[in-house]
Amino acid sequence: MGRYVARRLLQMIPVFIGTTLLIFLMVNVLPGDPVAALWGDKPPDPAQVAQIKHDRGLDLPLWQQYFHYMGGLLQGDFGNTIAGNRPILDEITQAFPVSARLAAMAWTFELVVGIALGVLAGVKRGRILDNTVTLFTLLVISVPIFVFGLFLQLIFGNELGWVTPTVQDSENIGELLLPALVLGLVGLAYVARLTRTSIAENRQADYIRTAVAKGLPRKRIITRHLLRNSLIPVVTYLGTDIGTLMGGAVITEGIFNVAGVGNLLYDGLFQHEGTVIVGVVTVLVLVYLLASLLVDLLYAVLDPRIRYA
Amino acid sequence: MRGAKSAKWVAIAGVVALTATACGGGSDSSDNSNRKVDPKGIVSYANGEPQNALQPSNTMEAYGSVVIDSLFTGLVHYDKQGNITYENAESVTPDKANKVWTVKLKPGWKFHNGEAVTAKSYVDAWNWAADPANGQQNSSWYRDIVGYEDVHPEKGKAKKKAMSGLKVVDENTFTITLNHGIPYYAYKLVYAPFYPLPSAALKDPKKYGESPVGNGPYKFDKWDHKKVISVRAWGGYKGANKPKNGGIDFKAYNKDTAAYADLKSDNVDTMPLVPNSEIANFKQDFGDRAIDMDFSAINTVNFAFYTKQWKDIDVKVLQGLSMAIDRDTIAKTVFHGTRESATGWVAKGVKGYQNDACGEFCKFDPKKAKQSIKAGGGVPGNKISIQYNADQPHKDWVVAVCNSITNATGVKCVGDPVTDFAADTEIRDQKKVKSMYRSGWVLDYPFNGNFLADLYGTGVDGNKGGFSDKKFDALTKKADQAKTIDESAKLYQQAEKELVKSFPGIPLWYNKTLSAYSKNVKKVEFDQAGDPILTEVEVFEK
Repeated sequence: MGRYVARRLLQMIPVFIGTTLLIFLMVNVLPGDPVAALWGDKPPDPAQVAQIKHDRGLDLPLWQQYFHYMGGLLQGDFGNTIAGNRPILDEITQAFPVSARLAAMAWTFELVVGIALGVLAGVKRGRILDNTVTLFTLLVISVPIFVFGLFLQLIFGNELGWVTPTVQDSENIGELLLPALVLGLVGLAYVARLTRTSIAENRQADYIRTAVAKGLPRKRIITRHLLRNSLIPVVTYLGTDIGTLMGGAVITEGIFNVAGVGNLLYDGLFQHEGTVIVGVVTVLVLVYLLASLLVDLLYAVLDPRIRYA
Repeated sequence: MRGAKSAKWVAIAGVVALTATACGGGSDSSDNSNRKVDPKGIVSYANGEPQNALQPSNTMEAYGSVVIDSLFTGLVHYDKQGNITYENAESVTPDKANKVWTVKLKPGWKFHNGEAVTAKSYVDAWNWAADPANGQQNSSWYRDIVGYEDVHPEKGKAKKKAMSGLKVVDENTFTITLNHGIPYYAYKLVYAPFYPLPSAALKDPKKYGESPVGNGPYKFDKWDHKKVISVRAWGGYKGANKPKNGGIDFKAYNKDTAAYADLKSDNVDTMPLVPNSEIANFKQDFGDRAIDMDFSAINTVNFAFYTKQWKDIDVKVLQGLSMAIDRDTIAKTVFHGTRESATGWVAKGVKGYQNDACGEFCKFDPKKAKQSIKAGGGVPGNKISIQYNADQPHKDWVVAVCNSITNATGVKCVGDPVTDFAADTEIRDQKKVKSMYRSGWVLDYPFNGNFLADLYGTGVDGNKGGFSDKKFDALTKKADQAKTIDESAKLYQQAEKELVKSFPGIPLWYNKTLSAYSKNVKKVEFDQAGDPILTEVEVFEK
C-alpha cells in the first residue's frame, strides 16, 4: 500500500509539469496583447507598454518565461498580475478557501441527498417513488445549470426575499447555501442515478439473497451489504467531481457573485492574465490528482478484493 | 351592520389616498416623499475590482475611475451645456495664442491628510506620472506640454525629471506651456491624470495606491479587494459639490446580471448600466426609478481604407452603404428604443454638436442607396464584412445592419466576429481588418474636436482605419489655432461637414445611459460621460 501511494505521488510530477506547460503554451497563443489591452479603446503608449512588459518579464522568449515561472512556483511564488502588478498568490489564497467551502457544501449535498435518493429509488424500483426520482433527475440533468441558478435566485432572492439575491459576504456559510445547492444539483442527479442503477442491479445478486435467507434485518442488508457493494461507481464519480466543483463553478459563482476560483479564472481569461490562469489551473490540477488518488485508495476499503501491491 | 359600513369607508379613504398620490408622479416617489433623508447614509454602487492600484494617472477603466473621481477634485469640470466650471482652480487662462496657460488655485484647499494643495502638488504629480519608469498608463495626456519628450521619450529612459513647460510661479499659481496653441486645452484638465497628489504619494507610490489620499469630497476608508472599496464624506472639503450623503461603498461585482438582481431587491443602490438582457424590461421593473439619460458616446462602422476594397473607392459607394441602413428600426427592435439614430460624427451633449451634420446620407433610403452605389461603380467584390468582438453583445445589431444593407442594395454583408475586445483591437492596430469594423467613442472631454481630430485626423492614434482627408486636416488645424473655444468649436463644425464628402465611417447610433436605483435613495443622475454624480445622491433614513 505504501509503495503504491509513493508510486502514485511520483507519477504526479510529470502530469503536473505536462499540464502546466500545456496551459502555459495555450494561454500564450490566445490572440490579443494583454499589455496593450490595458488601454482598452484608447491607443496604447509604446514607452509604457515596453516598461510593463519588461517589469513582468513578458519581453523574454517563451521558454525563458516558462522556466522563470516554474522556478518561482517551486519557491511558492506564482508571479504577479499584468494589470496592477499584484501577487497572484494573494488572489489564489483569497479565492480558493471560498470555492473550497462552496464546493464542500455542494459535495456534501450531492453525497447525502444523492445517495439517499438513489437508495430509495433503487430499493423501491418501479414504484412511484422510483419514477419520481428518475423524473426529477432527468429534469435536473437536461436543464442547463444557469437556468436553475437564475430561477432560484429570482424565487428565493427577489420574490420571497428569504436570502439576498447574490452573496454579500463570500465567507458567510449561510449565504453560500443557495449557490451550493445550485452547484451540487447536477452532481446530485448523477449520484442518485448511479446509486439507483447499482443498487437495483446488486439487489438480484446471490449474496443479497443469501443475506435475506439468513434472516438479517432489512436495514442491515441495505446499509452493510447492498450499499457498500454498490458504491464503487458512485465514489469514482464523487472523487472526480471534487475537482469539477472547484473549477467548474464559473457559472454559479457568476450568478451569485461569489469571489471564488471560478470568477478568478473567468476574469483571468477575459483580461488575458496568462499567469493567473496557469496558477489557478496548477492548483486545480493538484486537487484533481489528490482526489483521484483518494478515490483509488477508497476502492480497497470498499471492496477488499481490490488490493494494491 | 356597523362594521361593514366602517370597512367601506376605510376602503374609500384608501382609494382617495391612492389617487391623490398618483398625481404626485407614481407610487414609488409618493412612498418616498414622506421619508426622511439621512445625511450620513451610505450609498452602495455596483462596481468591480479596479484594474490597477488607485492612482489617478494610472486609472483609465471605469471601475477605478469612479473611485478616483470621488476621492479627487481637479482644476476644472464642465456643466451640462459643455461649458467649463472651476473647481480647485480659481481661473485657468490662456495667453493670446492659447499656448501658455496660467492656473490660479483657490487658496486654503487641503488634502485629506492635512497637507495644503499647492501649485507644486500639481506640477510634481504630473512630472512624476510622465516618467515611464513610474509605469503610469495615462502619461500620454501630458504630451501637449513642452518638454514631454525629454521626460517620456518614445523609447528608453527619461532624459529629464521634469517637463520644462511646467513652472511654479507662487504657492497658488503655475503655468503650463504647450507645444502649440490649443484653444480648448482647459477641457483636457478635467481628466484624472491632471489631479494633484500629496507629497507622500510620490515617496511611496505603492502604499499610496492601496490607500489613496486625495483632495476631493470623499476620503478613502478601506479597500477590501474584490469585495468593496469604501469612501466616506470628508468634512474639510472646500468644493461646491459637497456630498449629500455619508459616503459610498463601491461593491465589486463580476457580472452586471448579479448586480441587477441585487438592485432589484435593494441590496445595492445603483449601477452603471443595466445588463443587456434586461434592457427590454428594466423600465417595468423600476418604474420611475429607471434612468434613461443622454450619454455622449457614438457607435459607428468604419472602413479599413488600407484594404484593396476601399483604397480608391468612390465616396458615393460609402454614402450609399450608409443610406442602406435603417437605423430607426434597428434602434427600436434590437435595442428596444434605448439608442438614438446618429445624424453625424459627433455625439450629443458636447460643445459644438450639430444636428444633421451627415444630412441625407444618414437617413434610410433604399432606392437612393442602390443608385448611389451603382453610380460610384459598386462595392468591389460586391461583399462586405463587419468585424466585431464577440465577447460583448454586438452580434444582433451587426446582423441587423447587414440585413438592412443586403435587402436595400443587394450587396452581400456578413459579420466577422473576433473572440474578444483585446483581439479585436490588436487586429485593428495591425491594420489587418478585412473590410469594415465596429467602432465606438466615448468622450474624453465634451468638445466636438475630441470626436473629430482625435479619430479622423491623418495618422493620429485613434484613426485605425487609415482614413486621410487633406481638406479635413487643414480645417482641424485651423480650428486648433482659433482664438477662443467657441470659435474653435465652430471651425470644427465645418470640419465635420467636410466629412460628408469623404465619409470616414458610417455613424449609427448615440448611446444612452440606462440605469436604475433602489428604494433606499433618490436623486441619482449620470453625467454626459456616463459617470454617476454620486455627491448628489440622497439616502433615506432606515
